Amino acid sequence: MSERTNERLSVFKTYKLYVGGKFPRSESGRVYEVTDAKGKWLANAPLSSRKDARDAVVAARKAFGGWSGATAYNRGQILYRVAEMLEGRREQFVREVADAEGLSKPKATAQVDAAIDRWVWYAGWTDKIAQVVGGANPVAGPYFNLSSPEPTGVVVVLAPQESSFLGLVSVLAPVIATGNTAIVIASERSPLPALSLGEVLATSDVPGGVVNLLSGRTTEIAPSLAAHQDVNAIDLAGADETLAKELEIAAADNLKRVLRPQTVDNAEWFATPGTERMTAFLETKTVWHPTGALGASGSSY
Amino acid sequence: MPTTASTALPLKDVTASNSSLRRYLHGLPGVDAVGLEGRAASLGTRSIKTTAKAYAIDLAISMVDLTTLEGADTPGKVRALGAKAVRPDPTDRTAPATAAVCVYPDMVAVAKEAVAGSTVKVASVATAFPAGRAALPVKLADVRDAVAAGADEIDMVIDRGAFLAGDYLKVYEEIVAVKEACGASARLKVIFETGELSTYDNIRRASWLGMIAGADFIKTSTGKVAVNATPANTLLMLEAVRDFRAATGVQVGVKPAGGIRTTKDAVKFLVLVNETVGEDWLDNHWFRFGASSLLNDLLMQRQKLTTGRYSGPDYVTVD
Amino acid sequence: MTIEKTAKTEKTAKTEKRSSVFEYAPAPESRAVVDIAPSYGLFIDGEFTEAADGKVFKTVSPSTEEVLAEVAQAGEADVERAVQAARKAFEKWSALPGAERAKYLFRIARIIQERSRELAVLETLDNGKPIKETRDADLPLVAAHFFYYAGWADKLDHAGYGANPRPLGVAGQVIPWNFPLLMLAWKIAPALATGNTVVLKPAETTPLSALFFADICRQAGLPKGVVNILPGYGDTGAALIAHPDVNKVAFTGSTAVGKEIARTVAGTRKKVTLELGGKGANIVFDDAPIDQAVEGIVTGIFFNQGQVCCAGSRLLVQESIQEELLDSLKRRLSTLRLGDPLDKNTDIGAINSAEQLARITSLVAAGEAEGAERWSPACELPSSGYWFAPTLFTNVTQAHTIARDEIFGPVLSVLTFRTPDEAVAKANNTQYGLSAGIWTEKGSRILAVANKLRAGVVWSNTFNKFDPTSPFGGYKESGFGREGGRHGLEAYLDV
Repeated sequence: MSERTNERLSVFKTYKLYVGGKFPRSESGRVYEVTDAKGKWLANAPLSSRKDARDAVVAARKAFGGWSGATAYNRGQILYRVAEMLEGRREQFVREVADAEGLSKPKATAQVDAAIDRWVWYAGWTDKIAQVVGGANPVAGPYFNLSSPEPTGVVVVLAPQESSFLGLVSVLAPVIATGNTAIVIASERSPLPALSLGEVLATSDVPGGVVNLLSGRTTEIAPSLAAHQDVNAIDLAGADETLAKELEIAAADNLKRVLRPQTVDNAEWFATPGTERMTAFLETKTVWHPTGALGASGSSY
Repeated sequence: MPTTASTALPLKDVTASNSSLRRYLHGLPGVDAVGLEGRAASLGTRSIKTTAKAYAIDLAISMVDLTTLEGADTPGKVRALGAKAVRPDPTDRTAPATAAVCVYPDMVAVAKEAVAGSTVKVASVATAFPAGRAALPVKLADVRDAVAAGADEIDMVIDRGAFLAGDYLKVYEEIVAVKEACGASARLKVIFETGELSTYDNIRRASWLGMIAGADFIKTSTGKVAVNATPANTLLMLEAVRDFRAATGVQVGVKPAGGIRTTKDAVKFLVLVNETVGEDWLDNHWFRFGASSLLNDLLMQRQKLTTGRYSGPDYVTVD
Repeated sequence: MTIEKTAKTEKTAKTEKRSSVFEYAPAPESRAVVDIAPSYGLFIDGEFTEAADGKVFKTVSPSTEEVLAEVAQAGEADVERAVQAARKAFEKWSALPGAERAKYLFRIARIIQERSRELAVLETLDNGKPIKETRDADLPLVAAHFFYYAGWADKLDHAGYGANPRPLGVAGQVIPWNFPLLMLAWKIAPALATGNTVVLKPAETTPLSALFFADICRQAGLPKGVVNILPGYGDTGAALIAHPDVNKVAFTGSTAVGKEIARTVAGTRKKVTLELGGKGANIVFDDAPIDQAVEGIVTGIFFNQGQVCCAGSRLLVQESIQEELLDSLKRRLSTLRLGDPLDKNTDIGAINSAEQLARITSLVAAGEAEGAERWSPACELPSSGYWFAPTLFTNVTQAHTIARDEIFGPVLSVLTFRTPDEAVAKANNTQYGLSAGIWTEKGSRILAVANKLRAGVVWSNTFNKFDPTSPFGGYKESGFGREGGRHGLEAYLDV
């Protein structure tokens, strides 16, 4: 945290995890030093353990029924509320992103503004994705046949390591927009914006457990989550090539849906996303039902 | 709709065999859950104010079956409950007495003494409440004990296992036997444990089954499971007693129990009664609330209407 | 029915007793939440202004006939100004990134939510419908509609109309009085989301909520000229639709006017959508969930006093259950509470205007004259205002006027059928094709019947459900084009 030059001593914030709607410290009691781009100390962040990860899975699973069962409209309202809350804390996030990524204030502002707009973008998708990727199928027979997308379940997200906030939002929002619940491993070097996002989510009507935020060593937490049998999918955005392969192998055990890391440079997080980050974590369910004829004679008009 | 015009006797022919009973119950009109819940919710938006509220609160108090069904019940606890039932608000004698106290069979005698000389009835749960998992002779002995001790009303549980297994005749015969054990003096309330029956179609079938078997009241729940009385399942049971009277001329009471804790909730249930079956059921002979904490909230709301101030828990008695 | 204590006459002893047993005390919603000015101007280019010729008209509360406000009446010169303002605004508005247009619409949606009680009371005052409906149906749907289309503004590439679909230009929109603000939302939200600008004419009997909406546009910071509101009568609407610089015409109202509009735009390049009348059939089979069917029939025809284009105004009931269904229905109708629309317990409010009341009255008279049997529950009508008791006609056949003409009032015509084929044949035997209902517990029958119905919206085991994601519109003389859902975008895109 940058010291102000006035005489008053500022109050530091204790950064905590966000799990199940609460703000615990790591059960391990460990922290690690987070520094700015120039190596100056910013804060101590919780160093999550595998047990923290396990707790996060329990919380995410518990929240899945309610969140996936909420109307798409309701989820859209809540995601929009996140944007509203973020707008109100814009200055804080600009400062944190600038510190974390060594950006000038205008550049950090652009990142934060784009992140806010990204929530708005996905808020609008909640009740449209089914209309874009689902629909009636004209099967050759007397059947009504409808395909609809459904969220796959609990999704682990390795947030991008470089883009600590815009990148994070760009991978998290699409996961929860469709009704999945998420466990996010924040950027290891720059976890503070992610941890602060937890405070925003907690005050945006996002039900506890829908988003769970962990900070710490990606290589320590991710493998146990990739292997966890109660996790349905994993986004490897924040994994390097070696880790990504290792995690994909672990994920194969229960055939998790895997979104491989994509080459995204910082500028590309600004680009308008498509639907692929949503569809990666959607199942398609097709329902058949006989339509029959009106009468026993099979007459028709 | 079943037999609007047919048998005047309460449907004796349908109980000839399990298969005829099954055919009859499964021939009842289906229930669309969304529509039913929508109707219940829309009646829940009625705004009951001022004089209507005062009327509803007093009516609700008079309909409470003040209940204690704990393993830890003692004569002292039951006596306190009886005193409260007789005179719910010691600071205001105009507050009506409750309809009944509801206790386990071994507490009936104590309860009877506690409410002696008042209008308050003594209801006793029986038939191996709440699970109902005992042999029929045991259940009947349970009922006879309670009746012998002076119970005015018996709240029995049906055999949900038999019901869910499709053995409707067994459920029917058990109710008939219990009704007989009640004798002429005790009214019989039949508890379905709607939370365990799970579907609205089942609740409608159970309602008819209970009424055909001679229930004086049909009651939602024991209060001992996760889902108890809800506006929707109570609305459905009100529709059933309405239709049963239309079909047979026999009027049956309804008792939602469990989970009704606030005046607001109770008033919503009274609105359901008012707009589904009407005035004929707006009386504690035909409608009850199985509840314990509800009474104090009704009393606090009553005090608010009388004094204009919001009351607090220190101004009503703990049981 | 709500029965005033003094009302007596032909009520049965039973009804009498009920009213004394659990009579709901009046529970009026506070009128103080809305501040209606004595007069309102036209809303053109972001400003409220008088009509060029200074004309005004009065809007009254249909439940009391009280004058609510005086409103400027737009003439041809005002139409010209408004269309020009919209044209000018179009250039910048259509060039805005979709994400920015989206944020304006999200703002509007949020402000509507914030002001929803105020708008609900206003709508109830100006329209006469119960506060229960404006509060629980109209306003939530209005806000939801803006939310939904806000989200499309930056996703048009995904809507299935090709890459980068373009807006049409200036939309001339004319809306009816039955759902004033909701119809405004149905028109304006998709128009703005797709990058069009609009000139909208609200109905002459219900102009106020549109003018309050103008204020919401200002609060939202919407650029000037993007939305223009021109209160007026039919001639104002006709001038707007005929204006050569209008690219898109959207109309909701009567079939007769719809046909006139179709003639007006003939030979032009104007894109047109029409939401017109209906004579919806609510088909109840013998295996229906009866209690819910009764509710659905009631909702179908008495929601908004039956002044709904998709109302289930024809009940087609299977003969085998006719008697018991009608008994249940009549019993249910006796519990409807008619009266002060601002009372939170009112189920049936006022008819919107003297003119509409006269139309309902004359069609009902025709029904009686043609031999149908009329029934209404015991019901005391208020002495001032425009009122019509819930009415049910039995012994109706396809040949009766009341089975063919849209009454647009709380009047249900009951017909019977024997087989599914016959039900479908009768349901389709109408010039209209907007809505229909099917009540049966048998899924395959629902789908088979739905397949055969010539209607744009088919509800099964429910009725009168609306959602911004779901397209709405008619077959045949109920109009063309769809509003709502992904489909609703097409009407405002050059595709």
